[in-house]
Amino acid sequence: MPSGEEAKKSDSRQCCICSLRRAVLKRPKTQQQICRECFFSAFENEIHQVIVENQLFRPGERVAIGASGGKDSTVLAYVLSELNRRHNYGLDLYLLSVDEGITGYRDDSLETVKRNEVQYGLPLKIVSYKSLYGWTMDEIVKAIGLKNNCTFCGVFRRQALDRGAALLKTDKLVTGHNADDMAETVLLNILRGDIARLSRCTLITTGEDGPIPRCKPFKYTYEKEIVIYPPHLKNYFYTYAYFKKLDYFSTECIYSPNAYRGFAREFIKDLERIRPRAIIDIIRSGENFRISTSTKMPEQGTCELCGYISSQKWCKACVLLDGLNRGLPRQGIGRTRGPNSAKKDGLKIQPEMETESVVRSKPCGTLDF
Amino acid sequence: MISFRTCRGFSRFNQFRGPLSFSFDSPLLLELHQIQPPEAVFLLQSNYFGTSEVTVKDEKFAPTQRAMACGQSACKSNCYKEEEDGNNQEENGRISGCTTTNTDSDHTVICSKCKEKEAVVPHNNHLYHDQLCLECFRSSLFGKFKLAVTSHSMISPHDKVLIGFSGGPASRVALQFVHEMQLKAHMNFEASRDRSLPVFGVGVAFVNESAVSSVPSHQVHQVNEAIKDMESIVSSLAPPMKEMYTIPLEGIFSEIPQEGKNLLHELLNTISDATGKEDFLQHLRMLSLQKFASDNGFSKLILGSCASRIACHVISATVKGQGYSLPADVQYVDARWKIPVVLPLRDCLAHELNLLCQLGSLRNLKLFDRPLSGINGQVSSFVALLQEENPSRERTIVRTAEKLTPFSFNKIPETDHANNHPSLPRRLKAQNLKSNESIAVDVFCAVCVGPLSASEMQKAKSGDQFAANCCQSCLFQILPKEPSALQNFYSLLPESMSRRVKGANGVGRHWLREKIADCLLSDDEAET
Repeated sequence: MPSGEEAKKSDSRQCCICSLRRAVLKRPKTQQQICRECFFSAFENEIHQVIVENQLFRPGERVAIGASGGKDSTVLAYVLSELNRRHNYGLDLYLLSVDEGITGYRDDSLETVKRNEVQYGLPLKIVSYKSLYGWTMDEIVKAIGLKNNCTFCGVFRRQALDRGAALLKTDKLVTGHNADDMAETVLLNILRGDIARLSRCTLITTGEDGPIPRCKPFKYTYEKEIVIYPPHLKNYFYTYAYFKKLDYFSTECIYSPNAYRGFAREFIKDLERIRPRAIIDIIRSGENFRISTSTKMPEQGTCELCGYISSQKWCKACVLLDGLNRGLPRQGIGRTRGPNSAKKDGLKIQPEMETESVVRSKPCGTLDF
Repeated sequence: MISFRTCRGFSRFNQFRGPLSFSFDSPLLLELHQIQPPEAVFLLQSNYFGTSEVTVKDEKFAPTQRAMACGQSACKSNCYKEEEDGNNQEENGRISGCTTTNTDSDHTVICSKCKEKEAVVPHNNHLYHDQLCLECFRSSLFGKFKLAVTSHSMISPHDKVLIGFSGGPASRVALQFVHEMQLKAHMNFEASRDRSLPVFGVGVAFVNESAVSSVPSHQVHQVNEAIKDMESIVSSLAPPMKEMYTIPLEGIFSEIPQEGKNLLHELLNTISDATGKEDFLQHLRMLSLQKFASDNGFSKLILGSCASRIACHVISATVKGQGYSLPADVQYVDARWKIPVVLPLRDCLAHELNLLCQLGSLRNLKLFDRPLSGINGQVSSFVALLQEENPSRERTIVRTAEKLTPFSFNKIPETDHANNHPSLPRRLKAQNLKSNESIAVDVFCAVCVGPLSASEMQKAKSGDQFAANCCQSCLFQILPKEPSALQNFYSLLPESMSRRVKGANGVGRHWLREKIADCLLSDDEAET
């Protein structure tokens, strides 16, 4: 062991993994002081481990990356294409974007995705609400106002992603949900008392019985590692995205003031400040909760109108769309369903069907799908 | 035409009854006279017995009905929360004095339950739709307590229960309620001819933590005074006699006070994490109570943990990664200890208990009320914030945790006493643990006594070191990282904790072995 204060001092400047280069950042997840190269390899290796251990992909599969142009999905697209090359996953990767039709938000972020298409050489498919449903989010908001608009956006996006993935004939869909998102969802499900969702919100792959399974390779990746900005290092983003000089778009959705989620988000950030491990611990708790599997899952069928998977006669998107088209935008929102309940106002919105669970886990705005 | 829905369930029906009987002879019905009393009875009854929708033909009737419809705070059914606007409220006040929401100070509000006394418990949007008088409020809390006690057979006549008393409002209420129960049992005993059922015994234990609290030396006499105060509280609750014991926290380390204090300090100093230190103290407190209870022949340990406290624990345990062992801590009964621990106030909110202490002038004192730090502090302020935003949030959190599968030790072990007394009304239904659902455990964390998950168990089997027998959470936040410090930590541990690992007769293993003693081949030698 090096003795003396000087040795200690120089120690603290050195990367504690390779002990060769100068440490430039303190890794948010482990608090190790490491150099840029070691950070990259640690970051990428962790994701590789997650992919291998959970057998997320099989060789030859076509995989769609849900790309919003935000940091998470941009980094995901980059890392996946990088790992695919390095470790010979044998995957065909595609970028899949949804155009909600939000002027000043989505059109800008789509520009980013289009640049990514060129930068990473991944084919891009854009599906738009307008083409699928005949409505843009702008039009929907104009029709229903700023209340409950996220319900529409969420339900529609989920289906749009599946449809886009089907058009691309992909076997899997990967999304950029990170560890912070996971932890937040676990907490929210506890606060809400939603035991069924609590049991499945920590799964790395969901919808395996559905048409296109979705997985989250960033399940254990800290948001801070994807992007942080330590204030003591002025004007520098010390992040994966920063170091790799990745191009991404970051603005909140103009239609999403999500206060309730904000509570939980802030709480998790506070916890992380005291104990960085807390995020992983919450996920681990979520995985270890002993929930009896007897909870009845709704029977899966197909929507009579559009053929999408649905537990009801009509899928949620069709119910909402029907309401929109008939000028009853409150149809399908809240506890009650059907045209009769359209007049009942003031009830709290409760996510009703499974279709909402994944998309609701992020505020509509920062969505990386 | 207005239709409304009501909550179903027994307790809610009770709440229903008040307004119902009221409406018989009130001018309200005469005024409405569209509904005759028999019809009203039918409507309300049919509603209770299954029909979920009741239609009332008059609009005027609706506001009152609505208020009645959801008397319960955490009602999850589709009943309407009060959404009346000012108009309705005025009307409401006019037609029935019981649910008036007038806030005029000169206007005396009558309790909406008994319709006799002045209501003192304020109307609270979500918690109580009714304004209650002290007696009704108190009996509603006592009802919750009693339901918990009887339905989980927490106290049986042969028991000698020890109440963990901190001096705070929750344990003060627990003490009060247990006292009332005992008093009643005592009176029954005196009155009964054969005197077959004995009265359960009650002891009160206060864990003196002055050794670790930052009480300056000149305030030591304050602590002593407070203890005297508590003794006077306890002695005022006689007959039947209750003894109050003060247990010094350092007592589990050594018989000699100073030596114990030193050991305790040294041990706490090895723990660097503030949250870990806090949790460790909590474990030590439990150890002290357990040791005292078992040394003095107590058969149950009653704690005053309330719903708010448990809600905080649910969140903080999640944050600490104790998701697996969490359900063990949130049940009414926790029999993984030598002396089963029961939580009869599990359904009451801290807010309610505080209010009861205040209004009922139950003297309580907060002696070692340190502000929580670290994770625990964050969590409690987070939960407080949520509770402010929605007053039923704490209950929802507890209910979520309730849905997790409990462990096999989360019920009172079947004893001979219960079987020998068929006269005891046993509510089997209420021991709502289906045996096939709960999971038997045999390995517990050496520090926090939480059941170990499968992966942690693998590790525990592989090594017989202390660290291998700890859960990941304790490993991180309590056990020191450096080997030398770790050794020091081991050497300082109180015997009752270190014993758990030595010879692998941990609390749980021991308990389980007792349970299955008949089927075990004598493999004790072979194993060691």
